[in-house]
Amino acid sequence: MKVTVLVRPRDGILDPQGEAVRRSLTGLGYPASDVRAGKVFDLDVDGGDEEQVRRIAGEIAEKVLSNPLIEQYEVELVGA
Amino acid sequence: MTRVGVVVFPGSCDDRDAMRAVETMGAEPVALWHGDADLRGADAVLVPGGFSYGDYLRPGALASLSPVMTAVRAHADAGRPVLGVCNGFQVLTETALVPGVLRTNASMQFRFEDANLVVERESPWLPGRIAGDVLSIPIKHHDGCWFAEPEAVAELDARGQVLLRYRENPNGSVGSIACVTNQRGNVAALMPHPEHAVDPLLGSTDGRVLLQGMLDLARQPVAV
Repeated sequence: MKVTVLVRPRDGILDPQGEAVRRSLTGLGYPASDVRAGKVFDLDVDGGDEEQVRRIAGEIAEKVLSNPLIEQYEVELVGA
Repeated sequence: MTRVGVVVFPGSCDDRDAMRAVETMGAEPVALWHGDADLRGADAVLVPGGFSYGDYLRPGALASLSPVMTAVRAHADAGRPVLGVCNGFQVLTETALVPGVLRTNASMQFRFEDANLVVERESPWLPGRIAGDVLSIPIKHHDGCWFAEPEAVAELDARGQVLLRYRENPNGSVGSIACVTNQRGNVAALMPHPEHAVDPLLGSTDGRVLLQGMLDLARQPVAV
């Protein structure tokens, strides 16, 4: 089953990359503020029913794709 | 002769300098391949700098999952010394052998300069040095901003796990912290490069202090 994992900087954590992008956007005259940069992982998880796939993907996101000290994640099942 | 294992990941680039520095200190360097969970009889392990696995995902994240780190963890759990330098620090935080995490420098810029490091406390890792002493050891990194939650930092401080602070903070690290240890004190990690400061020709020999500390710990019998 196709799964998308979104990883973002945790709320309140300084995100220098997002801030650098924000500065450039401001320089271009766009009315954009508070930019946060994260990552997207698309993966295909082989694992029976939806609940099982969600559990496996959650474990992958927690243990490997994110560092919980500074990042938070969301798991989405594509087409679920 | 004391054997120091130097871990080699794909993308490590300071492993050769680390091995040469170990030799300069009168010990025997042993290269440890990332794919083998074997420390080849090493008394101490040095996780060197570089860009293991291309810094993909997060610096140190993929390296922390490699077979050799299982053996390094067992070595650390047995109370034996482990020193992480730069990318090695990142690998050890991702392996949860030392606290915190290394993030992109607050300036978003690569920093390459000699860093003045203030000794926080006496430690077996800093033989002959006392609080307030200053060591000059070079840094060269883009992701060296050490971070932990304020409560965690206060605990580390109280338990004496902070060994060195930058005199001028080059990367935004919380509390200007440059070097931390695990709770037991046998694993230490820092962003500055002791292996690049072992010869007067290179401008400083202060890196020898930490390497000597590692060798002293390696020669001690393990307290069980």
